[in-house]
Amino acid sequence: MKFNKIKYIAFLTLSLLIMSCSDDSDTTIQIETDFSGTFVQKDQMGRPAVNTVFVSSSSKDEFNTTIPSQQSAMFQSMFQTNLTALSPAFANSGDKNALGQDAAAFTGLLATDVLNVSLDGTTTFFDGTNVLTGRALADDVITVELLLIFGGEDFTENPSLSDDNVSANDKPFLTSFPYLASPW
Amino acid sequence: MKKTKILTATLLVAIIGLITVAADHIDAPAVSGTKADITDFYAFQGEDTNNIAFVANVQGLLAPSATSTASFDENVMVEFNIDTNNDNVEDLVIQAIPRDGKMYFFGPYAPSSTGLNSTINENAIKSEVSITPYGSSAIVANQNGMKFFAGPRDDPFFMDFAQYGEIIGGNASGFNNPGSDTFAGSNVMSIVVEVPKSQIGTSGTINTWVEAKTKQ
Repeated sequence: MKFNKIKYIAFLTLSLLIMSCSDDSDTTIQIETDFSGTFVQKDQMGRPAVNTVFVSSSSKDEFNTTIPSQQSAMFQSMFQTNLTALSPAFANSGDKNALGQDAAAFTGLLATDVLNVSLDGTTTFFDGTNVLTGRALADDVITVELLLIFGGEDFTENPSLSDDNVSANDKPFLTSFPYLASPW
Repeated sequence: MKKTKILTATLLVAIIGLITVAADHIDAPAVSGTKADITDFYAFQGEDTNNIAFVANVQGLLAPSATSTASFDENVMVEFNIDTNNDNVEDLVIQAIPRDGKMYFFGPYAPSSTGLNSTINENAIKSEVSITPYGSSAIVANQNGMKFFAGPRDDPFFMDFAQYGEIIGGNASGFNNPGSDTFAGSNVMSIVVEVPKSQIGTSGTINTWVEAKTKQ
């Protein structure tokens, strides 16, 4: 222990000496930041709560490591099975949500888990007029999804299931970058 | 000292175990509780309407007491994927990876290969921002026409997830009114990038998603 310390100090002194001697060189030693390697996918997300709600427990990791272009082929039927089991608003054939989608069409949209973003104007998950043109911080995405899952053709079915009655964040968002509120 | 640390860790695991959570928080066994667990993804028009802001949050349900020691993992790359021609395959990526107190960003650029495995092209547009420490005001970098932020923030997600769990579990027939925000008072680790629309398409709709990838 003590001997190591002495060695260390000796080495340090020597290094300092060498460094102070080599004043003829104006090249500084640059430590390159290393960004090498292969990075392998563990998690992914497009729209909120999709994996949580529609993917069966045993398939959640698989969904996270399936590329979006293959998700519909692999998961749409599972989504449809889980949707019809979950929601009385889709219990009967011919049932639709307020977007006019039946169970197959609705789950066909959701199974490809990407977030559509408009470059032309309003960006919102749903604001009463615009549908799936982005996701803003203040969007009440869960109530929108609950309405589409449980609310039936005109958003009036299963009212106790179609709104969680939490409609805003616990801290106000900022109007300027980085938009998210400071941490608690 | 060590005992306290172990106790705190055990307690934290127990609390996380009790609260199972959603938007994408703790969504799957392989990522739950790891620094590669994405909690949320947002994409919206910026304050400057010529821009789109992307937000990726990881590491959900950080208590204020745990936030000061929370950090990004240098082995975890967060990748924003942008599909500009509606085939749900990424045409552009923005990669974020932390090194020594800074978050480095590469892109937007067209990756040499798409899909589950990624490398970083160090010749791509490179930007960086110091990671904002807990308790400091937000450090924002303006580089290459973009804005960058990385650090702890209030979790912007809100939902009565606890009651949703009760409903799914068959213990309740519906939501309460008013509901209770399960995510109130908790923080996440955020990465925010604001990009000119001209760098990610021209007009129309793009498809976007975020991925967490760990170094092999």
